Amino acid sequence: MSFRDYAPAPESTAILNLRPHYGLYIDGQWTEGGGGSITSISPATEKSIAEISMADSSDIDRAVLAARKSYDTVWSRMSGAERGKYLYRIARLIQERAREFAVAETLDNGKPIRETRDIDIPLVAAWFFHYAGWADKLDYAGLGPNPSALGVAGQIIPWNFPLLMLAWKVAPALAAGNTVVLKPAETTPLTALMFADICQQAGLPAGVVNIVPGHGGVAGTALVEHAGVNKIAFTGSTAVGRNIARTLAGTETRVTLELGGKGANIVFDDAAVDEAVEGIIAGIFFNQGHVCCAGSRLLVQENIQDEVVEKLTRRLATLRLGDPLDKNTDIGAVNSKAQLARITAIAETGEAEGATRWTLDCEIPSKGFWFRPTIFTNVTTSNTVARDEIFGPVLSVLSFRTPDEAIIKANNTPYGLSAGIWTQNASRMLRVADSLRAGVVWANTFNQFDPTSPFGGYKESGYGREGGRHGLAAYLANGGAR
Amino acid sequence: MSRLAIPKTYKLFIGGKFPRSESGRTTEVLSPSGKFVANVAKASRKDARDAVVAARAAWAGWSGASAYNRGQVLYRVAEMLEGRLDQFVAEIVETTGASTADARREVAAAIDCLVWHAGWTDKFAQVHGGANPVAGPFFNLSVPESTGVIALVAPSVEQSSLLGLVSSVAPALTTGNVVVVLASEHAPCAAMTFAEVLATSDIPGGVVNILSGSVAEVAPWLASHADVNAIDLTGATGEIAVECERSAAQTLMRVVRPGTFGPTESAFSRIAAFVETKTVWHTKSLA
Repeated sequence: MSFRDYAPAPESTAILNLRPHYGLYIDGQWTEGGGGSITSISPATEKSIAEISMADSSDIDRAVLAARKSYDTVWSRMSGAERGKYLYRIARLIQERAREFAVAETLDNGKPIRETRDIDIPLVAAWFFHYAGWADKLDYAGLGPNPSALGVAGQIIPWNFPLLMLAWKVAPALAAGNTVVLKPAETTPLTALMFADICQQAGLPAGVVNIVPGHGGVAGTALVEHAGVNKIAFTGSTAVGRNIARTLAGTETRVTLELGGKGANIVFDDAAVDEAVEGIIAGIFFNQGHVCCAGSRLLVQENIQDEVVEKLTRRLATLRLGDPLDKNTDIGAVNSKAQLARITAIAETGEAEGATRWTLDCEIPSKGFWFRPTIFTNVTTSNTVARDEIFGPVLSVLSFRTPDEAIIKANNTPYGLSAGIWTQNASRMLRVADSLRAGVVWANTFNQFDPTSPFGGYKESGYGREGGRHGLAAYLANGGAR
Repeated sequence: MSRLAIPKTYKLFIGGKFPRSESGRTTEVLSPSGKFVANVAKASRKDARDAVVAARAAWAGWSGASAYNRGQVLYRVAEMLEGRLDQFVAEIVETTGASTADARREVAAAIDCLVWHAGWTDKFAQVHGGANPVAGPFFNLSVPESTGVIALVAPSVEQSSLLGLVSSVAPALTTGNVVVVLASEHAPCAAMTFAEVLATSDIPGGVVNILSGSVAEVAPWLASHADVNAIDLTGATGEIAVECERSAAQTLMRVVRPGTFGPTESAFSRIAAFVETKTVWHTKSLA
């Protein structure tokens, strides 16, 4: 046993009250889907959690009709202040059941309990609390006169922050006066289904929120193509985002897309290096790198490259990979077998293309899906590991000599979601921040989120913003571009 | 003895210069009464590509100019247009058959549209962006930036030949975008003469590029061009608009669908359609 070993400190799962089977939540009722069912498993153990009914296109049709009916008869007629009170109730209920949600999310997703407990679930509550207050203040949002809801919003969310992405979508949609049909990801439907209970406890009118787990190619496609949907909000891959944009061409359905990224984390030689190392780790190893805004490309000034990489690998060696429910765990499981295969394949391509691979020497559990933190050095801008979004714990290191070179390299990507800057020189920070084509720039920090802070991409990272006043625009008429 | 007038050769406007179409093609423009007016250059997809290259080259300078400077330059465009008001009235009357009073109203509205946008350049970021009160020790600011190279399909003649173009171009320029605009296909003359106003008004070459020609032929190329960041389809119709939107999906280009704005509408949201919001976080500490 080394000084780094801790006694196991697993969070208890006794707080959970899971059902063996979950249906679809449509019009305030639990109902069975026509698309068969899947077994949701824990990626850390491959043990089954619950059986989940899958929606087919007729279920999506039912859900959209329910959302339309509740929009027409209840939600659009309610005052903003009353809508807001429902959202406040939801925020409070989430806080009351925060630990239960954190444990469920960790079980279903594989991310460490430290993250779900301290980041995901608190932010979910904060998101609902923030947008609750907007519901009766839309006239003050600066989005044009007489702001009005769009109607029924179809929302499709990913598996990396399951409940948080639900909150990012549902809270502003309801605040703006829309009703929603939400499809969670195939591998992480659990907390969205538990959220249906929250809606019931809050007394939310039937049909305002409908939760329909399903396969992307079936339920997702049916939702996007449904003529009764006024708005599609999607978070996920750029490839699927393109398909959605193409499908919706020529329709009146509004769309916002939050897609992939290949964020540059730029470290100048005047940075506080120890802080930068923490930020680099937070940038790419937070949530196993399953983060669209991850700082997956480290751009480090050439004269400190060796020092930074050495400190980085030394610090990484102190991280603990393993049981996500353990309160000491830093790095959990990869979300699915398919994602593990994808990460593995890209890392192999990185090696084949000549980059130098460093992998953390650590034990991995015998069951479940795991990938050791990996760093590539000697990476060129044309390498696959410097261009493709890996969505895993894999960092590519590139160097630069001048600020201009850093800016050119940082912007040399079709994506434009996030970037980081590490320097103690404030005017340099501001100048570089101005030049980066990215929707979110973190200076001397990384991966910070807040409901008041707009988030979203430039270029092929999608369009529209989530968070704050800007996030309301996605759910109100008078919007401008789609 | 009456003097023989010197008719103008209508050419394209690319990178601050007035080239003919590289294709050598022209389109005959007739007045509503059927009288010959001009052979207007008919842009090819190569011309469109050249225009995108010129626009991209001009983008850093225009988006990097101070908002105060952009405001003065847009105001200067209004000054130049005002000075040639009578010329535009005559040209619109001749090429569209509008009454003199209507033509005068249209040119006046175009001038006023430019002045309105000139005033927005140094106010838009203040109204659209802002400080975000995040729950933590951070300075957090959201600012709108230009989207980049914008392709615009200007509304067609029934909706006004000059005002439709100016109403499309001005909001994009306000925040530092650069544009490639397809002039009204049916009445391109006033649009091409507007290029002469731009050329004498301190707008840097390449910031505005104006092409006359077939929307059906050129717009889809702009919609599928990987170096175009957004497309405004206000002047496109039917299947062409749908095809452009479908092509735009490949690069996730921003799209303004037909009907989103009126053909001569000036609106805050129209300026907002071509900005990207960037949010910058910085730590605060006592150290």
